[in-house]
Amino acid sequence: MGAGHSHALYVHEHSPIHRLAPEAKIVAALGIVASIAVTPRQAVWGFGLYAILVAGLVTLSRLSPGFVALRLVAIAPFVFFALFIPFIAGGETTEVGGVSLSVDGLWGMWNVLAKATLGASVSIVLTATTEIPDIIRGMGVLRVPALFISIATFMVRYLELIVDELGRMRVAMSSRGYDPRWMSQARPVASAAGALFVRSYERGERIHAAMLSRGFNGAMPTFNHQRADAREWAAVFVVIACAALISALALLAA
Amino acid sequence: MSARVVVTGLEFAYPDGRVALRGVDLTIEAGERVAVLGPNGAGKTTLALHLNGIHEPSSGAVTIGEMPVKHENLAEIRRRVGLVFQDSNDQLFMPNVGEDVAFGPANLGISGVELEQRVTRALQAVGGGDLISRPSHHLSGGERRRAALATVLAMEPDVLVFDEPSSDLDGAGRRELVATLAPLEMTQLIITHDLPLALELCPRSVIMRQGQVVADGATRELLMDADLLAENRLELPFGFRLGTSPER
Repeated sequence: MGAGHSHALYVHEHSPIHRLAPEAKIVAALGIVASIAVTPRQAVWGFGLYAILVAGLVTLSRLSPGFVALRLVAIAPFVFFALFIPFIAGGETTEVGGVSLSVDGLWGMWNVLAKATLGASVSIVLTATTEIPDIIRGMGVLRVPALFISIATFMVRYLELIVDELGRMRVAMSSRGYDPRWMSQARPVASAAGALFVRSYERGERIHAAMLSRGFNGAMPTFNHQRADAREWAAVFVVIACAALISALALLAA
Repeated sequence: MSARVVVTGLEFAYPDGRVALRGVDLTIEAGERVAVLGPNGAGKTTLALHLNGIHEPSSGAVTIGEMPVKHENLAEIRRRVGLVFQDSNDQLFMPNVGEDVAFGPANLGISGVELEQRVTRALQAVGGGDLISRPSHHLSGGERRRAALATVLAMEPDVLVFDEPSSDLDGAGRRELVATLAPLEMTQLIITHDLPLALELCPRSVIMRQGQVVADGATRELLMDADLLAENRLELPFGFRLGTSPER
């Protein structure tokens, strides 16, 4: 069950990045992505430096470049859209292979392509080196509201069960000859979705009863996990400082 | 530790008006192990949910040890009474087994080394020491059942209540369950359709029908009363014969 597997993004390895505390990795990823986002598009050299930084992180994580490239397929819809910008945008034009393209549009396309690719690569490194429950725990350490943390935890825990349930419903429907091809045949899908909602809601009630039975009083208990130490924060600081330096230089040059 | 459970005149209706319990009287001595049998819809699970105050009775009372199940006592009642739910997936809601087992005691305010010890002890008691860091959704049926039991044992309860503990287990898993439950010295209430399980684990059984206790006695004698079983939609497995003396 690939789709519902909550650890589908994770790659089991033993690298320094895998070992880094999740909260440190989240801060580092946010820092790098923010730097990339504010870098002016004309600073092509800046994006080259970011690419080197990201490539360094990929190598340090012991992820294969092919793996990262494959995961980058996720941003394909945005890239596809970006490819149209030079044809649609107005202003000054230039001839490329006999086709008239907007200069501003070309820069726009580059901007989307470069930032989306680099930003997505950073999040790929984060999710490939950190299991989802650890990411959620890291967000908790970073003082993300407890309600959000609880919702995310339950979602990760029960998503797979719900996907399994959906799978069983589909099998049950196909077993009775249901083979939808047209919109007019969509009704059973809608009622299956309804049934799934009701079942999930009832499960929610049972889980709540199970929580109350074990003394739940409205606040999820927190467990003492190993927190990021000074050395780890220092490493994160260095990485963010590099990224921030690149963006600062690019902003000054622009 | 074990505690006496006293249920007197318990009545309960669901918000939609459906009456589930119509005056249940039941006393279970400390350390006793009792099976609750009966057809679907007899009110067995509803009774279980009253024992730790998840449901509030319309009338009647439940006492655990000397303590009445009342709003102001709920925290202590829920420590004393451990409920093991029918679907273990409902009971295992944390990212991994270790955190799930720690959930209850952490809610009691236990932390640090003592919490770790509780988790280790509870998992060892169910023969699941190796489950501690496993994610709950990757466990087999039997492992999930044992982990669910550990989450309750970690609260060091005086009373254990099981809802259909053998329903999703294969033969070997069922055998392991019996081996796990038999040595526990808490008061135990086992709701089940599995009559051989009741016979094996519980010297005494009660039969519920339409929200009332209709029979209460030695399990072996109840199961030998063919008319009583038929009245209550209970059936021994095909080929199963009960002699007048224990087989073992």
